[in-house]
Amino acid sequence: MSEAIRTKPLPATRTGSAAASVTPAPEASRISLRAGEEALAALSSALDLGLPTQPKTSESKNGRMALWLGPDEWLIIDQNGADLMALCATVSAPHSATDVSHRNTAIIISGPGAADAINGGCPLDLSLKSFPVGACTRTLLAKIEIVLYRSSEDTFRVECWRSFAPYALGMLAEGAMDASA
Amino acid sequence: MSGAYRIAGKGRLTPARQARFSFDGKFYTGLEGDTVASALLAHGVHLMGRSFKYHRPRGPISAGSEEPNALINVARDATREQPNVRATVQEIFEGLKTNSQNRWPSLEYDIGAVNNLGAPFFSAGFYYKTFMWPKAAWKHVYEPFIRAAAGLGVAPKEADTDHYANRYAHCDVLIVGAGIAGLSAALAAAQTGASVIICDEQPEVGGALHYEAGTTVDGMPGFEWAQKTAQKLAAMDNVRLLTRTTAFGYYAQNFISLTERITDHQAMVEKSAPRERLWQVRAKRVILATGAIERHMVFDGNDRPGILLASAARTYLNHYGVAVGKKVGVYTAHDSAYEAAFDLKRAGVEIPAIVDTREKPGDAVMAEAAALGIKVLTGHAVIKTSGRLRVTSMTVGRSTKGTTTKYEIDALIMSAGWTPSVHLFSQSRGKLTWDADNARFVPGTHAQDCLAVGACNGTDGLANTVEEALGAGELMARAAGAAADAEKLSLNTETAFEWTGGMVGASEGAGPDTVAKAFIDFQNDVCAKDIRLAVREGMRSIEHIKRFTTNGMASDQGKLSNMHGLAIAAEALGKDIPEVGLTTFRAPYTPVTFGTIINHARGSLFDPTRKTPMHDQEAALGAVFEDVGQWKRAWFFPRAGEDMHAAVNRECKTVRETVGMFDASTLGKIEVVGPDAAKFLDLMYTNAWDSLKPGRAKYGIMLREDGFIYDDGVVGRLAEDRFHVTTTTGGAPRVLQHMEDYLQTEFPHLKVWLTSTSEQWATVAIQGPKAREVIAPIVDDQDISNEGLPFMSVVECKVLGGVPARLFRMTFAGELGYEINVPADFGPALWDALYERVEAAGGCAYGTETMHVLRAEKGYIIVGQDTDGTVTPYDAGLGWTVSKKKTDFVGIRGLKRPDLVAEGRKQLVGLKTRNPKVVLEEGAQIVADPNQAKPMTMIGHVTSSYWSEHLGSSIALAVVVDGHKRKGETLYIPMEKETIAVEVTDTVFVDKEGSRINV
Repeated sequence: MSEAIRTKPLPATRTGSAAASVTPAPEASRISLRAGEEALAALSSALDLGLPTQPKTSESKNGRMALWLGPDEWLIIDQNGADLMALCATVSAPHSATDVSHRNTAIIISGPGAADAINGGCPLDLSLKSFPVGACTRTLLAKIEIVLYRSSEDTFRVECWRSFAPYALGMLAEGAMDASA
Repeated sequence: MSGAYRIAGKGRLTPARQARFSFDGKFYTGLEGDTVASALLAHGVHLMGRSFKYHRPRGPISAGSEEPNALINVARDATREQPNVRATVQEIFEGLKTNSQNRWPSLEYDIGAVNNLGAPFFSAGFYYKTFMWPKAAWKHVYEPFIRAAAGLGVAPKEADTDHYANRYAHCDVLIVGAGIAGLSAALAAAQTGASVIICDEQPEVGGALHYEAGTTVDGMPGFEWAQKTAQKLAAMDNVRLLTRTTAFGYYAQNFISLTERITDHQAMVEKSAPRERLWQVRAKRVILATGAIERHMVFDGNDRPGILLASAARTYLNHYGVAVGKKVGVYTAHDSAYEAAFDLKRAGVEIPAIVDTREKPGDAVMAEAAALGIKVLTGHAVIKTSGRLRVTSMTVGRSTKGTTTKYEIDALIMSAGWTPSVHLFSQSRGKLTWDADNARFVPGTHAQDCLAVGACNGTDGLANTVEEALGAGELMARAAGAAADAEKLSLNTETAFEWTGGMVGASEGAGPDTVAKAFIDFQNDVCAKDIRLAVREGMRSIEHIKRFTTNGMASDQGKLSNMHGLAIAAEALGKDIPEVGLTTFRAPYTPVTFGTIINHARGSLFDPTRKTPMHDQEAALGAVFEDVGQWKRAWFFPRAGEDMHAAVNRECKTVRETVGMFDASTLGKIEVVGPDAAKFLDLMYTNAWDSLKPGRAKYGIMLREDGFIYDDGVVGRLAEDRFHVTTTTGGAPRVLQHMEDYLQTEFPHLKVWLTSTSEQWATVAIQGPKAREVIAPIVDDQDISNEGLPFMSVVECKVLGGVPARLFRMTFAGELGYEINVPADFGPALWDALYERVEAAGGCAYGTETMHVLRAEKGYIIVGQDTDGTVTPYDAGLGWTVSKKKTDFVGIRGLKRPDLVAEGRKQLVGLKTRNPKVVLEEGAQIVADPNQAKPMTMIGHVTSSYWSEHLGSSIALAVVVDGHKRKGETLYIPMEKETIAVEVTDTVFVDKEGSRINV
């Protein structure tokens, strides 16, 4: 890889409150994966991760996550930066893998008030009953679109497009402050 | 001392916990938990405001949020100030500053009160009659005058330094109101296992138990039971109890808005705490336990300070420990006022008489009155009152014509009965039914998954209320899916009296043919006679009567007045009340601050501000940015001493002569991938894509079904099954949606997928004769010669020693040009590396303005500027983009419509002004004959116009009727001061052969 410097969309500083920390996530590789049923088995095996087929569900293994976003759409995130495009290129069945590693950026919200912080701008029911650990969805955070993923009972990952990241961070920081008020 | 009217041993406030506040500059001591109204009443102060129209002196009539009179201005400091706060709601705290409103120079002596003397001229509807003539006076005299006089209170001038929050929440059962009904329902729902949100607008739960001192629940005084129950509920994991929280809007599918007031009662406000929080709740089921509001009696002089609702007087006494007077008259048509009288009498207040319009009040209350030695005058009326700033007497008789007796009093309490609070039920679109026996509207047909319980449902009697509420709580919990086993709850309640009675409309002395000032809407000064006038003037619909009289249109939205207004209108119309019907109940139930509604959406969170990855680099170069949608784009890069014009001229010249670099990152990008990708693009664009080889790119035009241009952009083919599509900056989301829409509905058989990659790539355009030498050193191992990478090519390569890139050979400036796309995080590094080389080559960075000039010189259109949704590719001179071979694409049928192939269409042409120094105005209209009579026949308009430094003349693009046939003709542009002659030209002003591009 090049010596050229990467400039990340957000500074890595932690903000938030005692109830919910708000921290930009480290860089990761990501693809937007689109495929019909006939390609699922091959793609799952290429990615070494079963692609979920139920709405609002995800699979994860060794820092790699497959988030179900639609009947033929997944967001694959690899926190170790693996070359996901290369993995999918081995699959001959029709599909679309598109690199979105730099399109998206992520913010981690963690703490007992994490759900409340997100609910400052997100209208979803984030109770464990409706949005259990591992649940994911494309949704709204105030005026922007995000992908929301619950990695543990009180930790969420918010994925958004990079130019919306300062707005997302600002909303989540305000939500976090309110969650501890 | 907390006031001479504070009665030792009465009320629930702690005498030792005092707080000082000011009202109109005077300091008062109250007790913690007091409202401004209760604290002032404790000092014998009833006068708290002036009415809107007549500036009549007014005191609080209620002890709650229905208050129409006691509106005050509340300030914490210069930036935290609010007008029109109800003194009956605002809690006091140490240091609170309050002021009365709508008076000058002082509350006691108010010049505006002359309106009261002029009252005959200010009758209902006077605005509509008075300000009709002369017409011109409306704009210059009447409207400014009315605007200055309109509105209560004065809006604060400083920006609000408080902050506000928003929270979305879900629950199985939302319960509105935490009186005995709401609390009972919450207990039952919670123990059934439902997640419950229960809210109440008051600082603590209890509702009517605030004043209902004679009630016991499970052996406890009612209010005490309520507080214990609240503690129990708050401790449960599945219950969220919100006090000081008003449910103000009931929207579709059980979506309810609540406003929680968090700091308004606090002396010391924590910096992190929001002042108010908006709760947006989606509830599976809703239980409305909103209670009822007592009505006033409608009689002459019923608005003097010191005249209050009976239940309010009871609240002041039993909750705040304050007597509303020392000699209190009672005027009623309902038993509830008797209990107020009993409580006051027992507290040592003199009750000269209870005046009851009824011949036969309830036996129990009559017996108790006798036992307490209170005189009751049945079948009597209060004919009038006196007193300037405070009521001093009431005149009582059987009728206005018979003998009357005058009683000296310093307060008068009244009750015409109770109006169920059906506001939220009605907002939910539920239909009300008329309960004729009790003269009230009650919930009828439900439109949503909600139930009304208790007083707001017209349920009378404590035991009935509790039983209904417990049942509803369990029923709604189970309906929402809760299924915990729990023993059936029951509560043992006892109450002193069951009430009967009630009336709506005017009482004796304020009936038809009287001129009594018998107020029904206190805030807007609407009297009974105004309603009758409206009917006499021809209003038939209650909605018209409301607007003509402004009855119910004040900030209290007619909580006290609507039923009286309706009854009086019905009587005047000779109809039954349900025939006349109610006006529509609308959100908000009580006024909500703008801060709550806006909450987080201010400053940088008002709207997302999108910046490209290279924004900071451009800012460091002194870029001036322009807003393009939510994007900030570098507009131009002025150097020392340059204005915009000079900067743009220099940038244009530099690009044409050496080289320029431009941030093109905001352009929309869509990755089209799949075996049918080319087939799909063939259907979406007018051009043919099947024949485009991997590694090549093409300019494409996309139409709507109607044949008009929708978007354009360069599309590069990266592989057999992979295209890199670009769109306009503004078009990015809608083009993706347009394509996705067709893919899913018209072409679902195609194996192709679309992914937005607009933000994956940072894009820098390098344009100008020296473009190749500038990029050469940063491109790794890729032949970029004219042969190796000819015009309209694309290649995936590496730049900057290993950064993956998509390198396009293309131009939007008409020069040797490249667009380099790198993963966005590398954008700044790419920009820096290029800028260093561009500068060394004598080039510069350029902005969107220069980009526009350069493209106009080449006749390249901007969709949305040179097209307006009625321009076909043929009109735009882009017929060459329309494939002749294809049998189908979106818009192919549209292009054949008779109107689209007829003569006389407006077509895109170039214009050159006869005087080359004159730059046309974009949007200017074009005519063929400047001497024709007005209105002239306009044959087109200017779409783009710039000064071209390169040509030393102005250039313009325009759409003109049959423009393509007019080349060489002279047309005219009549402007305000001159008529400009222009020559119609080709759209390409610079390098028609393209010799600058193919090098």
